[in-house]
Amino acid sequence: MQAKNLIYDGTFDGFLSAVFYVFEHKLKTVTIQNEFTVQHRLFLENETIHTDELKANRVWKGIKSRLSSNGSYQLYYAFLSEDSGVEDLLLEYIQYVFSQRKKVDKDYTHPSILKIAQIAKSVGREKHRMEAFVRFRLTKDAIYFASIEPDFNVLPLIEKHFKRRYADQKWVIYDIKRGYGLFYDLNKVELINMDFPENFNFTKTDNAFFAEQEFEFQKLWQDYFKSTNIESRKNMKLHIRHVPKRYWKYLSEKQPN
Amino acid sequence: MSFERTQEKLKILADAAKYDVSCSSSGSKRNNTNKGLGDATGMGICHSYTEDGRCVSLLKVLLTNHCIFDCAYCVTRKSNDVKRAAFKVQEVVDLTINFYRRNYIEGLFLSSGIFKSPDYTMERLVAVAKKLRQEENFNGYIHLKSIPGASDELMREAGLYADRLSVNIEIPTEAGLKKLAPDKKREDFIKPMVKVKNEIIQYKAEKKIIKSTPKFAPAGQSTQMIIGASGENDFQIMQTSNHFYNNYNLKRVYYSGYVPISYDNRLPQIGSAVPMLRENRLYQTDWLMRFYGFDVSEILNEQHQNLDLDVDPKLSWALRNLHEFPVDVNTADQRMLARIPGLGMKSVYKIINARRFRKLNWEHLKKIGVALNRAQYFMVCDSNQFEKRDLSAEKIKGLILQNSTSKYQKILSNQLSLFG
Ligand code: SF4
Repeated sequence: MQAKNLIYDGTFDGFLSAVFYVFEHKLKTVTIQNEFTVQHRLFLENETIHTDELKANRVWKGIKSRLSSNGSYQLYYAFLSEDSGVEDLLLEYIQYVFSQRKKVDKDYTHPSILKIAQIAKSVGREKHRMEAFVRFRLTKDAIYFASIEPDFNVLPLIEKHFKRRYADQKWVIYDIKRGYGLFYDLNKVELINMDFPENFNFTKTDNAFFAEQEFEFQKLWQDYFKSTNIESRKNMKLHIRHVPKRYWKYLSEKQPN
Repeated sequence: MSFERTQEKLKILADAAKYDVSCSSSGSKRNNTNKGLGDATGMGICHSYTEDGRCVSLLKVLLTNHCIFDCAYCVTRKSNDVKRAAFKVQEVVDLTINFYRRNYIEGLFLSSGIFKSPDYTMERLVAVAKKLRQEENFNGYIHLKSIPGASDELMREAGLYADRLSVNIEIPTEAGLKKLAPDKKREDFIKPMVKVKNEIIQYKAEKKIIKSTPKFAPAGQSTQMIIGASGENDFQIMQTSNHFYNNYNLKRVYYSGYVPISYDNRLPQIGSAVPMLRENRLYQTDWLMRFYGFDVSEILNEQHQNLDLDVDPKLSWALRNLHEFPVDVNTADQRMLARIPGLGMKSVYKIINARRFRKLNWEHLKKIGVALNRAQYFMVCDSNQFEKRDLSAEKIKGLILQNSTSKYQKILSNQLSLFG
């Protein structure tokens, strides 16, 4: 049989459509790749997968019926990691799940299950970090704006949390790395792309864009943060483990005054 | 609000509040149902961490640091020469709301020095909470300090708006309290605690009958003890803690290593080390009591009045009870698994899940994430390689310490050299 390289559009539905294709054609030697990161492989024939919501839903339903709810979360979380090669790992996981009669997603002694659980855990950790580290700044047009640059694609995972919590204010959380964001308009959350002015600096609070009181509250927060520290207990190593340096640039309390 | 004045006050009143270690914001069930601001369901979030590694989840301030009392261990005490300030009710409300909207915090932790009288102070704390809930539609987390000696009516009202209430017992024994805080009486702490406990019980009973009973302190109450200020041993501390857990339905007891702030000769002098390692051991013991099924008397008793500093309390218990080991991880019940040094509750659950599929060997356990360098001396699994030498407790301890580095190593060697 022909060995294939399936290329999908980067969406979760696209990935599931590729999985459908694998099962439909009973492919044995196969890799799945995102169209943005495709690497051509020798001896593999490329096949472009058309994203089909119906097929995707069928696969997802099937997977969910064979996994605990935690297991299907893990699968989705791991997908959002965008790790290179994660699609193949997920495929291996899904094939193993379907090959067994029992629910096996808690069988951590199987390599693909353990690996997926570990990746999902890192993604989960970053989801929580983002829920903690998003810092809104009030803009001149009364929108609370936050920019983030997460390692993984966690925006889909944090939407619910912020919608529930900030139900009475307009807000935007923008993933600069991936070039899209969430916008809540007091009713619903939408995915948006934004064009930023040339001179827009994401880490700076520029008074051309941000409300006047924004500066005061940032200052008060920075002061507050400073005064919570107990000098005689200082432990920077522990501090950095909790708040890794790569997140500092968007934390108001970490800005130089 | 005038920015400069608020800024000045915030500096003083946050600084005075930071010695209270409690910062938990979890365990409440306040949903955002009214399309208002915030919610406080489930786990609290640490939005940042101080440079000493503690969680920042709440705006923790005093309403005022004026105080009519003179407790020796407290920076706010009357005789201390510090700048004093007092917030207006509205200032605290504005700070809380604006910090919350920017996702800096989960809510407010408001405490206060006692000015004029306990009731006068408590009234103002309640006023802040009430405003937040009723005028600002705020569903975030509110923790109020119960002022010792405040009236039952005020405590009742406080519980209607706050998620958590706490009174700090501060000093673990009555004798210590008398020495260091002569103005205070044990009963004054106990009274509001009893009131809150009874209200919570009553709320739960009424809740069964009438669905719309207003919530009463849904995250319960907690307290804090200062460690190392008044000479108590660990046995006394944990007995007091156990007593409070059992009799007042406390959610948490916090242990706070005393940070020397005064030259009062009743107390450790300025410059002496904060007993951080001891504090950590007390927390570990607290966890063993609450989540690992240990009775406090197994860990601390007349014969064993202080926790070991060089090993954690679970390992220390295991070394004193070698006759309970080794445990077979493929057959042991949850209770015994939880007692194996190096096994956390998460690993325990993973083992119980994974062993349904196959018998576990060392490889499996390693993959699951068990800290084998400790656990190996206390367990057997599906392998004929296990510790066959009949090692003494001393020997095992030596082997484990040799192969582990504690994050407290530096402190440990310093603190041990004090005794050496
Ligand atoms: S009553 Fe409270 S604030 Fe006042 S001195 Fe005593 S511990 Fe400090």
